[in-house]
Amino acid sequence: MADLLGPVAPDAALALICMAFATWLCRAGGVWLMTHVPITPRVRRGLSALPGSIMIATVLPIAVKSGPAAIAALVAAILAMLKWRKEVIALGAGLLTVSLLRAAGL
Amino acid sequence: MDAEAAPRPFVSRDGMMLGARLTVPFIPGLVIYGSAFGTAAAQKGLTLSESMLSSAIVFAGAAQLVSLELWRDNWTFASILAITLLVMTVNARMLLMGASLQPWLHGIDGRVLWPGIHLMTDANWIIAERYRSDGGRDAGVLFGSGVLQWIIWVLAVIPGYMAGSLVEEPRRYGLDLVMPIIFAGMLVPIWKGKQDLVPWGVAGAVALTTSALVPGYAFIVAGALSGALTAALLPVRDHG
Repeated sequence: MADLLGPVAPDAALALICMAFATWLCRAGGVWLMTHVPITPRVRRGLSALPGSIMIATVLPIAVKSGPAAIAALVAAILAMLKWRKEVIALGAGLLTVSLLRAAGL
Repeated sequence: MDAEAAPRPFVSRDGMMLGARLTVPFIPGLVIYGSAFGTAAAQKGLTLSESMLSSAIVFAGAAQLVSLELWRDNWTFASILAITLLVMTVNARMLLMGASLQPWLHGIDGRVLWPGIHLMTDANWIIAERYRSDGGRDAGVLFGSGVLQWIIWVLAVIPGYMAGSLVEEPRRYGLDLVMPIIFAGMLVPIWKGKQDLVPWGVAGAVALTTSALVPGYAFIVAGALSGALTAALLPVRDHG
């Protein structure tokens, strides 16, 4: 098994530890920052718009870059969610739509 | 449920189990992308130990995959700095995800919160936001989902490393779009009414513009921050 796993080179380990710490800083940093910002009504409104804004800002450029099949898949997911309110169904509808359209050459 | 009446967030075993259950739809995607990382890492010359160590301690798919572009056999201070900065730019969105969850996590024991937050991913962030928008207070949902994802993510490296990717053409089944599809679907329960329209529109427009002008992942942070700032700065309209 040890042969299979192979060694961890010390400098590779150092690189991975730095990458891990950088990632932890990103994960913890936002939480830490907001514990030090007074939650005024303005901040509260900004925070409450943040989840949707993150989702839109992630999804739209990826959809546009990935083409019409991807856009149709996202629309299908939204429609399925509106109707059934179940994320499994939304995911299924999106994946089905994109596989069919891609199989059709879109 | 008394969970909703609780004044402070808490972490319970039931919450962790619920988080694990809510993670089930994400498992196929996790396995496929975790193994895809294993395949790509093998091609770049990492040992299996190094590949699994990356998944275990970095635990961030996009950053791990992108970092392989800068992977090398001999490391200098400059090359370690470069790969660390690259990882930070790919993961910068997590700063905002953490900020959005903070009011929900406020009051959790720091000895749980600060290590536990390293289990936050796109998937359990969205699971937690959804659960929270339904009134849920149990932060165990975030951590329980994270633990399950961590186990799957680390183990998935092995078949990918040994046997090549599990699915020949993930694109064919739309598996490259799992996360965007779920994000899109989640917009429905996250929508709180007309006051979201302008901030979300600004977020989308800024993200699209940024992605057209700036290479990399800056579009997520630029768009999301613009949306939140817009919401903060807009005058509040009175009801009635």
